[in-house]
Amino acid sequence: MTEGTKKPFIVREIRQQFPALRQLIYDKNLIYFDNGATSQKPQVVLDAINMYYSKDNANIHRGVHFMSQQATTEYEKARVTIQNYIHAKKSEEIIFTKGATDGINLVAFSFGELLSAGDEILITAMEHHSNIVPWQMLCQRKNLTLRVAPINKKGELIIEEFDKLLNSKTKLVAVTHISNTLGTINPVKELAVKAHAVGAKILVDGAQSIQHMSIDVVDMDCDFFVFSGHKVFGPTGIGVLYGKEALLDKMPPYQGGGDMISRVTFEHTTYNELPFKFEAGTPHIAGGICLGKAFEFLSELDMDAVQKYEKELAEYAQDMLDTFEGLAIIGEAKKKTSVVSFVVENIHPFDIGTLLDKQGIAVRTGHHCTQPLMDFFQIPGTVRASFAFYNTREEVDIFIAAVEKSINMLK
Amino acid sequence: MMTLEEKQQEIIGEFQIFDDWMDKYEYIIDLGKELPLIDKDKKTDDRLIRGCQSNVWLDATVENGKMKFTSDADAIITKGIIGLLIRVLNNETPESVAKADLHFIKTIGLQEHLSPTRANGLLSMVQKMKMTALLNLDNNA
Ligand SMILES: Cc1ncc(COP(=O)(O)O)c(C=O)c1O
Repeated sequence: MTEGTKKPFIVREIRQQFPALRQLIYDKNLIYFDNGATSQKPQVVLDAINMYYSKDNANIHRGVHFMSQQATTEYEKARVTIQNYIHAKKSEEIIFTKGATDGINLVAFSFGELLSAGDEILITAMEHHSNIVPWQMLCQRKNLTLRVAPINKKGELIIEEFDKLLNSKTKLVAVTHISNTLGTINPVKELAVKAHAVGAKILVDGAQSIQHMSIDVVDMDCDFFVFSGHKVFGPTGIGVLYGKEALLDKMPPYQGGGDMISRVTFEHTTYNELPFKFEAGTPHIAGGICLGKAFEFLSELDMDAVQKYEKELAEYAQDMLDTFEGLAIIGEAKKKTSVVSFVVENIHPFDIGTLLDKQGIAVRTGHHCTQPLMDFFQIPGTVRASFAFYNTREEVDIFIAAVEKSINMLK
Repeated sequence: MMTLEEKQQEIIGEFQIFDDWMDKYEYIIDLGKELPLIDKDKKTDDRLIRGCQSNVWLDATVENGKMKFTSDADAIITKGIIGLLIRVLNNETPESVAKADLHFIKTIGLQEHLSPTRANGLLSMVQKMKMTALLNLDNNA
């Protein structure tokens, strides 16, 4: 769809397409501010799930019969939809995975096979455990060194320190596009230039960016980009790894099985071409097809308007929270979006989360799978409100009043 | 002396007056604030039960055949619920602690806090209370 045909962004209309938002929790209208954890699904995705299992269900890439071909066509169509959405050059560069975590593990294993002792991997201090642990495991397996670029108290990557850690031994930079805990937007395009200058590749963890901004992997010039379907209005259990074709071609398969082979004998197996080389076994067919529907839905939105709206919403919430005595915002990067994390003096985040829940408000509390980041800020965890385009200012107002009430009860 | 069951019924009675979740939690928070704290020198790692989100310390001993519990938690709601659990289980024999069916938690609507998915360490705490009771059963036998 071209720019010109995008629908104007009207929250009221968008909300109507998300049935999960229309429910009472403890007799209160649900306010869903846990979008960083997972997003709700639009009706088109729900319909597609129903449709797939009630009509089109068949295995793909292997059937002569009508239904199998139909399912294969739909699955491959979804791949192209996603390719177009993130502006990848070829659909072969779109590998279906279980999610962001699975994509990172695939790269850690398979790209990792190309590395040797003494090589270095550079991550940042704000990474999700998913973008830490697979690299630690790889470093152990292959005797590599993991380096961690520090952040400042605002929650921004310190570029000068990043530069110092980057060197000719660095083979991969793995960095989150947007921090799930702080909302910080990292300058990934700039980091890609720096990585490439020393001959390193760059993996961008897009788990928190794909749903909030338009993505162009070619312009970003990342070598890998991963995300999870469930955070971008699609089903759970499906995600995408984008990789540059030439690089994916060089990498050995991750898992062995059906679909990823070209010819098998007991003595020798030749592998299938991209993207199938990395898709062993029957995939999450319904997931792939319905993720395609989620991206068709997104394609109709003006993502720049969405991004602006979400940013304003988060800033509105943050400004109001900031007026509470004893409350500290965690993550005050200049470039930030969609996430507001905070702590309150002498009150445990878990208590605030519990009381908000009882007021019908879903937030997340805890370390958000970023324990090293919590250690950096010396806090046990935060309360995190994370927004999506279907959230409203009225919801933020109710949330703010509920936070105030909770704090007063807990003081 | 009330039996373990009577103590549970008493708590259920107290909670019946609340028809609003926030009132209920207000009460639990007050209980949390009142909970006599575990001695500072007993807040050691071997008494720490790490939840994913909040931590609980539990000291369990047996005096004259009766179990004594003191506890602390870093989240106040967790502490309030601990207060209720201790009220029910304190001064009971190891045998009745080990066998106790803590049904009151469900009746007053707090079962979510004891579900395995809740990351507050409470379920592990109850398990530790019961384990200690069981160990003391064996010792006496
Ligand atoms: C930044 C970031 N990376 C990776 C992940 C992992 O995503 P998933 O658990 O869907 O694989 C998340 C999810 O919370 C995330 O926020």
